[in-house]
Amino acid sequence: MALALLFLFPLLGALLPVFFASRPVGLLAVIALLPALASFLLVVLQLPLVLAGETLIHHWQWVPSLGLTFSLRLDALGGIFALLISGIGSLIILFARHYFAGKENAGRFYVLMLLFMAAMLGLVTSENLLVLLVFWEMTSLISFLLVAFSWQKSAARRGARMTLVITAGGGLALLAGLVLLGQVAGSLELSQVLASGEAIKASAYYEWILVLILLGAFAKSAQFPFHLWLPHAMAAPTPVSAYLHSATLVKAGIFLLMRLHPALAETHAWFTLVTLVGMSTLMLGAFVAMFMHDMKGLLAYSTLSHLGLITLLLGLGSPLALGIALFHLIGHALFKAPLFMMAGYVDLATGTRDLRKINGLWRYYPGLMVLTAISAAAMAGLPLLSGYFSKKMLFAASLTVDQPFWAVSVLPLWVTLAGGLSVAYSARIFHNVFFNGQPQDLPKGIPQPLRRWALLPLLPLVVLTLVIGWHPVGLFDFWVVPVTLAATGQLLPSYDFAALDSGWPFWMSLLALIGGIAFYAARNPLFALHARLPEVDAKEIFETLMRQVILFTRWLVHQLENGSLQRYLALLFTTLLVLLFWALQGMVVGPLPLSPVDPAFAIGALVLAVAAIGVVMIQRKRLLALLLLGVVGLIITLFFARFSAPDLALTQLSVEVMAVVIMMLALSFLPQRSPHESSKARRGRDLFLAGGVGAAFATLAYGLLTRPLDSISGFFLEQSVPGGGGTNVVNVILVDFRGFDTLGEITVLAIAAVAVFAFTQDLQLKSRVSEGWDAQGFAEAHPLLLRVTAGLVLPIALMVSAYIFLRGHNMPGGGFIAGLVTAVALTLQYMAGGLVWAQQRMRTQFRPLIGAGILLATLTGLGSLVFGYPFLTSTFGHFDLLLLGEVELASVLVFDLGVYAVVVGSTLLILANLGRLMTVAGPGKEVG
Amino acid sequence: MELILAVVLGILTASGVYLLLRGRTFSVILGLTLLSHAVNVFLFAMGRLKTGSPALIGVVDDYADPLPQALVLTAIVIGFAMTAFTVVLALKAAVELRSDHVDGEAPNEDRL
Repeated sequence: MALALLFLFPLLGALLPVFFASRPVGLLAVIALLPALASFLLVVLQLPLVLAGETLIHHWQWVPSLGLTFSLRLDALGGIFALLISGIGSLIILFARHYFAGKENAGRFYVLMLLFMAAMLGLVTSENLLVLLVFWEMTSLISFLLVAFSWQKSAARRGARMTLVITAGGGLALLAGLVLLGQVAGSLELSQVLASGEAIKASAYYEWILVLILLGAFAKSAQFPFHLWLPHAMAAPTPVSAYLHSATLVKAGIFLLMRLHPALAETHAWFTLVTLVGMSTLMLGAFVAMFMHDMKGLLAYSTLSHLGLITLLLGLGSPLALGIALFHLIGHALFKAPLFMMAGYVDLATGTRDLRKINGLWRYYPGLMVLTAISAAAMAGLPLLSGYFSKKMLFAASLTVDQPFWAVSVLPLWVTLAGGLSVAYSARIFHNVFFNGQPQDLPKGIPQPLRRWALLPLLPLVVLTLVIGWHPVGLFDFWVVPVTLAATGQLLPSYDFAALDSGWPFWMSLLALIGGIAFYAARNPLFALHARLPEVDAKEIFETLMRQVILFTRWLVHQLENGSLQRYLALLFTTLLVLLFWALQGMVVGPLPLSPVDPAFAIGALVLAVAAIGVVMIQRKRLLALLLLGVVGLIITLFFARFSAPDLALTQLSVEVMAVVIMMLALSFLPQRSPHESSKARRGRDLFLAGGVGAAFATLAYGLLTRPLDSISGFFLEQSVPGGGGTNVVNVILVDFRGFDTLGEITVLAIAAVAVFAFTQDLQLKSRVSEGWDAQGFAEAHPLLLRVTAGLVLPIALMVSAYIFLRGHNMPGGGFIAGLVTAVALTLQYMAGGLVWAQQRMRTQFRPLIGAGILLATLTGLGSLVFGYPFLTSTFGHFDLLLLGEVELASVLVFDLGVYAVVVGSTLLILANLGRLMTVAGPGKEVG
Repeated sequence: MELILAVVLGILTASGVYLLLRGRTFSVILGLTLLSHAVNVFLFAMGRLKTGSPALIGVVDDYADPLPQALVLTAIVIGFAMTAFTVVLALKAAVELRSDHVDGEAPNEDRL
């Protein structure tokens, strides 16, 4: 539980500032500080345990069927990150108290800040890869909101969009990579993934996994060429930049690389990819930083450079290099956060971040100057500070690389050069701000004094930088060694810091120092030279690219979606055809011999084929086509009857009658003929598509029919009598074995009927009817003979349907068929007597009938729950009924009665409402 | 026999698909009906064709496969409801759009 509290504190604490949003910033800061400090203390309490090598893991079941558990872990690696996140986060909250003093939107900042902290803490304590991914995406989203904090400014909006597109795009790649990783490792739990490193590296998917995961990590950690977003994210308020870019967001990618080290690292591909990307970012950041005139821009590029350095070290792959990377990561977080805070204060006090204007501030802010001096010196790698050691350790590590050739020859030179550049930009951020002559036309005139206690948030970090410089062995032995053990599983020997003071590392750092100072001294001619270079604005390139993509997708959408349903359908069928062609390969003929031809069947098939083709041929003469369609339906009825499906034959017959009636009704409102309008090419295309789909379907059917059948119907045949109490297996399946399905199906039927009812309510067809309608039609609408016959038929038909209904469980019949027969009989009454006449004689409305049917069926199902059986369990018994003799009654009979009611009600609701449309003098009110 | 059935199924499907691709709502309804016939027969045939052996326990010795029959039975009824719904939709469209073209407008008004 303590593990979950770690991220739950800030997550729930994020609600607090919401309630106090209108209060003074001071109170808000205290309220926001509480959950952050709570998490910090929680980590501190766990630290002795995890630094001693313990791994705390806790699982909560989430979706067990998917193997998804909400599991958290805390080991030394997660612990050190959690410590940085919550510790520096607390100081940033204090810093923001000064930054937002007198501004209104501090409440929003603190909410987002705490949410972000929660996401980062969750990220570093995830045990399940998918949980990790959720937190990862959460950081992307919240960083978008944080960067867009001053959303009124266009720069903030564009910077935020860029951040989101790049980091979330990387997140997609990461998703694919992690899922693949989980597949290969056989588990999504980190413990198992890390333990199966050898299997992963040997797998055929290793390169895919590596590249996808690296894409995600590099996009997050702003590695070349995904570095574009980081400088533009500087549009955010300074506390955001200080937090995101010193300790958290950009370190998430680094964390991932360290976390997955045992699973992915120490291969040739890893070395090449990670080292080269790290080298590029290192040099690019260091070089550009020097030429940035924007204070935060300089810090942003220096951050890039340091991230590149850490990535480069991780690329080397050895546990020692990872340890050095970690050493530098801690040092970087400690010196970069104060520098950002300094930039924030100077920005507030002077109203500008332009280094060409900000000069000579030492006499206004002596305290700030001292603290900045220490942090900048650490960044430059001056002796006796944290950066000094990590830089020399890097130099030493670069000399130990023994292959491949390019790394051996280039790497030491490369890192020395980058070291020199970092000296130069560190010198600039310090010297330029606090010395370098007088301030030049600052927007706010004379710099304002800092608020009281404003330096407090910087102080602990600077002190820690000094402590590390004084006692690097302590940091290495007590922190880096256990964390490296947790990350790689290998115990590092104690590092010999004394060896760094002589030999190559010493000379390399001396060279970097001198070179950097010389570079800074020669800055003015270099700036002039740089200003003459063509300016490349990454944001413009990015925006242009995005615009192109949007234009392209819009074009594509218009191509595909032009509003023509015919075209959509043609595209769908084309896709289907391609997929079927691919799927049906090798499917053509099965092993079974063909059975002998049944002559009756052959004749029926011939009629069916002719009728179907005939429908197509004469489809423009709509009434004739409809009649031929009826022929098709009848042949299919005979087909069912011939091949042992009496229930189907009865159903198909009744449905066919009603369907033709409905279509005839509809036809009376529609044009009687279709115009010639398809071009020859169009007809050709459609014939090709239709022929193709038909051929594919025939192939599929033939392929399946010539293969042996392995049916699950044996169970139903065996259990029908003992389990369901009926001999008509089809009906027993419908109302008993698969009763739940049937319940769903009658519900669909009811919904369709009610939809028809609703649609016809406000449909005004009468005006259309009167146009082309032959007045003679009305005169003979209800011929006497039909009327009399219909009256005779009704009781007989109702008797028949009652019989069919009752015997349905044992002989062909049942609720569906009885319902349809009843509906047909009643339809006949409507046709013979007219809507008004018939409606007056109906004792019930149709919608209540439908509702009652569904209710009855559901209640029957629920009834079995009362007796402690699962939903829709049936029971049956034999009863001696008057006149009928012994009858078997099953509880499913009640269920079937519900089905019957729904079928009758739905069918008649549809017919009556369609009929109402054409009754000029019909009942004005609704029918059904 | 299997071959004949497959060919007939292919013809039914092809006719249905061709009608579905026509531009007028009534043809589409015809096509839809033909296509559901094809699908129903296909599903039914998956239980294999047997004459004189309905799945009535005790009446005959050899039983046809009852499961596809049960599936197809409900499919027929729901297919009817769907046809009815499509018909009303077509009527509604014809009234509101003053055209029975599936795109709701005369085909000569070509869109981009």
